[in-house]
Amino acid sequence: MAEVELRNISKSFGRIDAVKDVSLTISDGDFIVLLGPTGAGKTTTLRLVSGLEHPDGGTVFIDGHDVSKTTPAMRNVAMVFQQYSLYPHMTVYENLAFPLRSPLLKTPENQIKEKISEIAEVLQISHKLNNRTTELSGGEMQRVSIGRALVRNPSIYLMDEPLSSLDAKLRADLRVELKHIQADLGATLLYVTHDQIEAMTMASKIGVLEEGRLVQVGSPRDIYEDPVSLYVSGRLGLPRINTIPANIFPGAPIGATTLGLRSEHIELGAGLPANVIRLEHLGDQTQLHLEIEGHKIITLTDVHSQLQPDDIVHIQPKDPLYFDPSGNRVR
Amino acid sequence: MAEIIIRNLRKEFGDFIAVESSSFTVGDGDFFMLLGPSGCGKTTTLRMIAGLEMPTSGEILIDGEEVGTKPARQRDIAFVFQMFALYPHMNVRKNISYPLVSQGMRRAEVNKKVSEVSRILGIEDILDRPVSGLSGGDRQRVALGRAIVRNPKCFLMDEPLGSLDAEFREHMAGELRELHDRMGATTVYVTHDQREAMQMGDQIVVMNHGVIEQLGKPQDIYDYPATIFVADFIGSPPMNFLEFEGNLSTGIGSIELDGQTISVPTLKESTSGTLVLGVRPEHVSFNDSSGYRGRVEATEYLGTTQIITLSSPNGPLKVRMDSKERLREGEKVGISFREEFISLFDLKTGKALLSEINSRLDDNGRS
Repeated sequence: MAEVELRNISKSFGRIDAVKDVSLTISDGDFIVLLGPTGAGKTTTLRLVSGLEHPDGGTVFIDGHDVSKTTPAMRNVAMVFQQYSLYPHMTVYENLAFPLRSPLLKTPENQIKEKISEIAEVLQISHKLNNRTTELSGGEMQRVSIGRALVRNPSIYLMDEPLSSLDAKLRADLRVELKHIQADLGATLLYVTHDQIEAMTMASKIGVLEEGRLVQVGSPRDIYEDPVSLYVSGRLGLPRINTIPANIFPGAPIGATTLGLRSEHIELGAGLPANVIRLEHLGDQTQLHLEIEGHKIITLTDVHSQLQPDDIVHIQPKDPLYFDPSGNRVR
Repeated sequence: MAEIIIRNLRKEFGDFIAVESSSFTVGDGDFFMLLGPSGCGKTTTLRMIAGLEMPTSGEILIDGEEVGTKPARQRDIAFVFQMFALYPHMNVRKNISYPLVSQGMRRAEVNKKVSEVSRILGIEDILDRPVSGLSGGDRQRVALGRAIVRNPKCFLMDEPLGSLDAEFREHMAGELRELHDRMGATTVYVTHDQREAMQMGDQIVVMNHGVIEQLGKPQDIYDYPATIFVADFIGSPPMNFLEFEGNLSTGIGSIELDGQTISVPTLKESTSGTLVLGVRPEHVSFNDSSGYRGRVEATEYLGTTQIITLSSPNGPLKVRMDSKERLREGEKVGISFREEFISLFDLKTGKALLSEINSRLDDNGRS
C-alpha cells in the first residue's frame, strides 16, 4: 500500500467552501476515520483523494507523486459507497472479477480466480459466489461491494459510510470484521462516517471535521479524553458531554466560561444539589437525567438505582473539561 | 384513558400464523413496548388492536369493552405511523387541526385545542409555517400533535422513529417519553430496536415467530431473560453464551466449566444435557486468582467503557469494562462472573432454568 498526503487542500462549490485548507497524512497501514456531521466536508475530502473531485487549491500526493490533476483510474484507489452499487445482472463472482478485468489491469483469469476465492473466504461469501447479487441480503451485498474493493491492490481504500444502510446487529459484526481485515491485509484506509461508534472502534486515528476544517487528528482515546474544543468534545461520547456555565461550580480556571462534563467527570454524593428528572434503564447502563440551576445534565448511575423523579442528589465535577467563550479548550 | 386487555389473540394469514396466542394487559397510562425482529408478529398485534386487521380468534378489550370486530374508526384510538406522514400542502396548524375539522368541530373549539397541543409540544412558534420546510424533529412533533389533538383513549405507534439516525432517535425517544410522562396516555409502541424499547418502556413484550417470549419490566428482562432468544436480542453486545455439558439438580449452586467450579444462583429445577451459561459483558471481570482463563483477542474503545473480546475454553466472550484498564492483545487473563447475574439455559428448549433469583420475578415477568 501507499502513503497518501493532503497538503492545504481547498474545494468550493459555488459560494460554499466545502473543504478549507485541510492537511492530512495517511501513513501506510493507517485506518483513518473522518468524523463529522452532514456538511462538514467528509465526503468531499474523500472524493478529492479519489480524484472524483479536483481541489481548487493545494496538492494531493500518493506515494510522493502529485496526483492532484489525475483521473480516479490513474490514482489506483478503491472506493466503497454507502449504496452498494453492484451489477444486478451479474453473479457475485463476476462482480468481484469486474475491476480486475478492467482494460488497465487485464489480470489473467487464473489470478482472478485465486484472488476472489481468497477475499470471498475473508468476507464469508464463498458459498454465494455463483448467486446473482439480487438474491443476496443487504449485509451480503455490502460484503460483496467491500470485496470488490479488496480484490484489487490499490494505494488506498476509500469508504464512504459503507455500513450505514445495514441494521444494528450486522453493523456491529461488520465493524469488527472490517477492522480485522484491515489489520490482516495491512491495508491503508480512509473511512468517512457520522457514526461515533464506528469511528471509535475502528480508527487508528480520527480526523474531526468542522465546517470544512480539520480541527483535530488523533487516536480515539486522544480525541475523547483530550479534545481541543467544545465542538470536538461533542463528537464522541454517549451520553453526550454536558455543557453548563463554568461558574456554577467553584474552581473554573481563568478565561473558562463553559464547563464540559462527561458522565465520568461527575461524582455523585457530594457538591451541589441537583433535581432528579427521570431515569432511563438501558440494561447495561442507567442514565440519570438531572437539573441543576435550570440546566439539564445526563449522567450514568448504578444500573439498579432506586432514585425517583424529584429526589435530590449532590454532584460535583472531577477532572472536567473547560472551554472559553469561542469554544476553545482552557487547560 | 384506557386499559387494554389482550386474551388468546391469534392471527393467521392463510397457512402462516402471524400471532399464535398472545395474552397480556396494557395498564392505564402504561408506555407498553412490542419488541422483536421483523416478522415476529408485533406489527400484526398492533394492527389488530387498532382494528386494521381482524383477529382469527381471541379477544381485545379496551376499557372493558370487546372491540375485536369493531372497525378502526369506532375504537377511539390514534395510530401514529412513521411520523413524517404529514399533508405536504397544508401548514402546521392545518395539519394538526385536520382531524378535528373533519369531525365537524366548531372553529373556536378547534383553535383552543390546537393551541393547547402546540404548547405541550413546544411548537407554538411554527404553527403558520408550511410543513415542507421543517426539520425532522419538528415534523415529528407535528405528526404527534395531529394524533394527540383528538384526545383518543390510547396511542398506537408503529416504529415512529425508525427512519432517524441513531443520535437523533435517542433524543426524540427521550422527548417522546417526557411527553408521555406529562400526558399519561396509554401507549402501545412497536419497535425492533431493543435500546429504544429499554429507554422508553414501562413494560416490554418480546416476540419471536408469533409467540411472546417474555413480558416484564425492561431491567428485569435484561437481567433475567426467560429464553436464549431474549438474552441474545436484548443488549448490545448481547449476552455471552458458554455451552457446557451438565447434569444439574435442584438446590445446587455451582457448575463445572472447563474443570473449574463456577458459582451460580441456586437452581430450583433439575436438568441434564447441553446447557448454556449466559452472562452479560458487564458482569464479566478479570481476576488473576481465577482458574478459568482466557486470552485477549481484541479491544474496542468506546469512551467511558471498552469492549474486550476474549477467547475462553467455551468460546468467545465479550467483556465490558472501564476504558481506564489498558489491555494488550494476546494477554492471558483469569475470568470471573458476577454470580447473581448468571443465567443458565437448556440449549434444547432455549428456556432459562428456574433459580432462586429469577423465580422472584412476578408472573408477568415470565412467558
